[in-house]
Amino acid sequence: MDLLGYGAFFLTTALIFSLVTLGLNLQWGLTGLFNVGLAGFVAIGAYTSALLTTPDDAARLGGFGLPILVGWFGAMLVGGIAAALTGIATLRLRSDYLAITTFGVAVVVQLVALNAQKLTGGPFGIGFIPRPFGGLAETPLLFNLSNLAVVSMVTLIVYLALEHLSRSPWGRVLKALREDERAAISLGKSARFYRVQAFAVGGAIMALAGALQAHFTGFIAPDNYLPALTFQVWVMLIVGGSGSNIGAVIGSILVWAIWAGSGALTSVLFSPEQQARAASLQIVAIGVMLCVILLVRPNGLFGDRPRRARFGKRAKEAPDESIAKS
Amino acid sequence: MSLQFVVDGLLAGSMIGLGAIGVTLTYSILRFSNFAHGDFMAWGAYATLAVVGAIGAMFGKIAPIAPLSFGWPLIAAVVIGMAITGLLALLLDMVLFARLRAKGQAIIVVMASFGASMALRSLLEFIFSSRPTYFSRAIQIAMPVGFGIRITPDQIALLLLTAVLVLSVHLLMTRTQTGRSMQALSQNAALARIVGIDVAKVVRVTWIVGGALACVAGVMIGILIQIRPFMGFDMLLPMFAAAILGGIGSVPGAVLGGLIIGLAEAGAVQLIGAEWRAAVSFIILMTVLFVRPIGLFGVRER
Amino acid sequence: MSQTVLDVRNLEAGYEPGVPIVRGASITVGKGEIVVVLGPNGAGKSTLIKAIAGLVPVTGGTVLLDGKDITAAPAHTMVRLGLAFVPQTENIFPLMSVEDNLKVACGILKPRETPARIEEMYAAFPDLARHRKTAAGNLSGGQRQMLAVARALIVHPKVLVLDEPSAGLSPKFVAMVFEMLAGIRISGVTILLVEQNAKAALAIGDRAYVLVEGKDRHEGVASELWNDPVVAELYLGQRRLDPERGRHSGKGSAA
Repeated sequence: MDLLGYGAFFLTTALIFSLVTLGLNLQWGLTGLFNVGLAGFVAIGAYTSALLTTPDDAARLGGFGLPILVGWFGAMLVGGIAAALTGIATLRLRSDYLAITTFGVAVVVQLVALNAQKLTGGPFGIGFIPRPFGGLAETPLLFNLSNLAVVSMVTLIVYLALEHLSRSPWGRVLKALREDERAAISLGKSARFYRVQAFAVGGAIMALAGALQAHFTGFIAPDNYLPALTFQVWVMLIVGGSGSNIGAVIGSILVWAIWAGSGALTSVLFSPEQQARAASLQIVAIGVMLCVILLVRPNGLFGDRPRRARFGKRAKEAPDESIAKS
Repeated sequence: MSLQFVVDGLLAGSMIGLGAIGVTLTYSILRFSNFAHGDFMAWGAYATLAVVGAIGAMFGKIAPIAPLSFGWPLIAAVVIGMAITGLLALLLDMVLFARLRAKGQAIIVVMASFGASMALRSLLEFIFSSRPTYFSRAIQIAMPVGFGIRITPDQIALLLLTAVLVLSVHLLMTRTQTGRSMQALSQNAALARIVGIDVAKVVRVTWIVGGALACVAGVMIGILIQIRPFMGFDMLLPMFAAAILGGIGSVPGAVLGGLIIGLAEAGAVQLIGAEWRAAVSFIILMTVLFVRPIGLFGVRER
Repeated sequence: MSQTVLDVRNLEAGYEPGVPIVRGASITVGKGEIVVVLGPNGAGKSTLIKAIAGLVPVTGGTVLLDGKDITAAPAHTMVRLGLAFVPQTENIFPLMSVEDNLKVACGILKPRETPARIEEMYAAFPDLARHRKTAAGNLSGGQRQMLAVARALIVHPKVLVLDEPSAGLSPKFVAMVFEMLAGIRISGVTILLVEQNAKAALAIGDRAYVLVEGKDRHEGVASELWNDPVVAELYLGQRRLDPERGRHSGKGSAA
C-alpha cells in the first residue's frame, strides 16, 4: 500500500517534469530555440497561480482566493507573455542571444522571488496553496492517486495537442525554420512571428507545469527554481531525444527515476553531514551524463531525426571551416 | 549620494571586464557563448587557494607585503593558478567542445557548456563544500582619498593589476602575430587557414588567455569578497552583458562594458539596495539587445 | 615547356563521399607560366583548384609541387609548402587594416624580414601603399583583389593559384586585374587561374585547359585555343555567341 502511494507520488512528480520537458521540446526540439532559463518560466507559473488562488494574506499582495483552474490559466497566460517578450527581444538575433537572455530571465525571476516580499513572500515562499482533492489528504493513497489522475489528464491533453500541432502546417513551418537559422532570420517578420509563437506556447506549458507542481505540494519557495531545475529538464529532453514528444515524456520519467534513486542511495550510503556533498556529486554525474549523451548519442533514445549535419563531411576534414560558414 | 560607488564600481567592473574578455574571445573565435566561463573563475580562485596552502605548508607562515593583505605566496600562486585554469579550459575544449564543434552545430556546444558548467561547479562544491572561504581574514583599513571616497591598498593594487592586464591583452591582440591571427580567425576562419594560420593553435591560445584572465578575476573576487563555488556562476550574466554591450569580439569593448556594468551595479546598490544588484546587468542587456544589438564597438555579423 | 612546378595527376575530389565533382583531372604548370583553366559552369573548375589548395577533400590522384607530394595537405600548411591561394570572394579580412592584412599572412617569414617584404609589396602595388591604415572592407572591389593577390605573393610562393579573380568586378577593374597578373608573371611568379572571362584570361595566359564534367578535355597554347573550334564546342556546348551577348550572358567565354 505504501509502495503504491509512493509510486503515485513519484509518477505525479515525473509527469509534471514531463510537462516542462514537453514545453522545452516545443521550443528546442521542434523550433530550435534554446532556453536555459526555463526554471524562470516554471517559477512564473507557480507564483502566478499561487497568487491567484491562495486565501487573502495581509503580508503580501493577494491572494485572491480564485478557483484552481483560474490559477492554471493565469499561469499559462503570464508564462506565455513572458516567453513572448523574451522571444520578441532576441529572435531577430543569433541563437546565443536567446540563450543568454533566457538565462537572465531565470536570474531575475529568482531575484524577484527572493526579494519582492510583498509579491512572492520572499525566501519563505508561499504556503496554503489550495490542493485539488485537499479533502482527501486524510487518506494519502487516495489523495496521491487522484492527483496522479489529474496530472496524467493534463499531460495527456498537452501531449495530444503538441502531437497535433507538430503535424499541422504550423509545425512543419517551425521544423523548416529550425533547420536553417540564417534563413529563419532572413525571412524576416513572418518567420520570427512563428518562432515567437512557439516560444510563447512552450513558455505557457512550462508555467502550467509550475502551477501544477505548486498545487500538488501546496507550498513554493525560491529554492525550487534554481538553475539545477533547468539543467535536469534539459537532461530529460536530451535523454529522451529532442524532437520527440513521447521521448520527452519517457526521458523525464527515466531521468527522474535515476535522480530520485541516486538521491535515495546517497541518503543510505552517506552520513547526514556528508549528504550535501554527495548531492553535489549527483549533479556532477548528471552534468557529465549530459555531455556524454551529446557526444555519443545526440539524438537520445527517441530523437526524430539525425539533425542535418550541415558540414558533416568537410567538418571532419577541417574542424573549423564550419565556423566560417555558420 | 556618496562617490564611494565609483571605487566599488570600478572594482566590480574590473572583475566583470576581465571575465568578459574571455567570453568575447570565445564567442568571436569559436562562435559560441561559453556558459562554463564563470566556473573557470571559481576554479581559478580555488586552484590559487590550494597553491597558497601548499606554499604555506612548504615555507611556513610568510608575512604579507607591507600595506597589502597578501604576500608573495599569493602572487606566485596566482601565476600557477592562471596556468592551471588555462589548462582546464584547454582540457575541456579537447574532450568536449572541439568534438562537438566538429559536428557543426554551434548551439549544441552552448548546451554542452551549460552541462559542463553545472558539473564543474558541483565538483568544487563536492571538494571544498559550499561554505565560503577567504585568502585572508585580515581587515584592511580603507584610506580616505578625498570626495568622501575611501580605498584600501588591496583595491589600489588590484585596479592597477587590471589596467596592466587589459593593456597587455590589447597589445597582444593588435601588435603580435598571434593577436592578428586571432582577429583573422574571428573574421573569416576559412581565409585564415588559407593564409597559413594554424587554427588549432590559435584556438589553444584563446582558451589559455581566457582561462588565465578568468583566474585573475576569480582571485580578485576572492581577495575583495570571498571564495564560493557559485562565485563564477553569479558573474555569468554581468560578463555576458558586458561582452554584448561592448560589442562581441572587441577586447576594449568588453572591458568598457564591464566597467559600465560595474558602475551601474554599484550605483544601483546605493540607490535601490544590494539585493537587486543582479537585475542591473539584465536591464542593460535587454536595453542593448533592443537598441543596438551589435554593442558599442561591434560590427554587423556577416 | 620549362621545368614543371605544379603537377596534378588524375585528381578526384568532391564535398560528399561518392559524389566526385572533379573526376580525374590532370594539369601541369611550368615554371614562370600562366596556365588558365576554362570550362562551362558547373564543370568543377573551382572545386579543382580548391582541392589543389587543400580546401576540398581529395578522394584520388596526386598533386605534386616541385616534385613534392602535397596532396590533401591541410590548407594552413599550403603556404609553407609554396602554394598561395586567392579565393574568389571574401578573400580579405574586412575589419583589419590593409597593413594588418599583409602582416597576418607573413607567419612563415622571419619576423625581421617582414617589414621589408611589406614595403616591397607596397612598391609593387602603390594603390595599397596609399591605404595602409584603411580597413580592408572599405576598399574598392579592384583594390580588394589587389590586396588579396599581394597578400598571397608576400610569402614568395612557388605557385599562385587564383579562383576567378575577375568575378564580380566592373569591366574597368577586370582589365586592371589582368594587367596586374601579367605584370606579376613578368616578375617570374608561376600562376594557375580559373576564369569565366575566357578572352581576357587567354590574352595573358600561356596555356589553357578546358575542364568539362570534372575532367580536362582539351589542352592547348592559349593564343591558339581561342580560335579552336573544338574548344568552342566543348566550352560553350554550342556555337560561339555573338560577342556582346556572350559577355553579358555570363556563360563563360564570349567576345
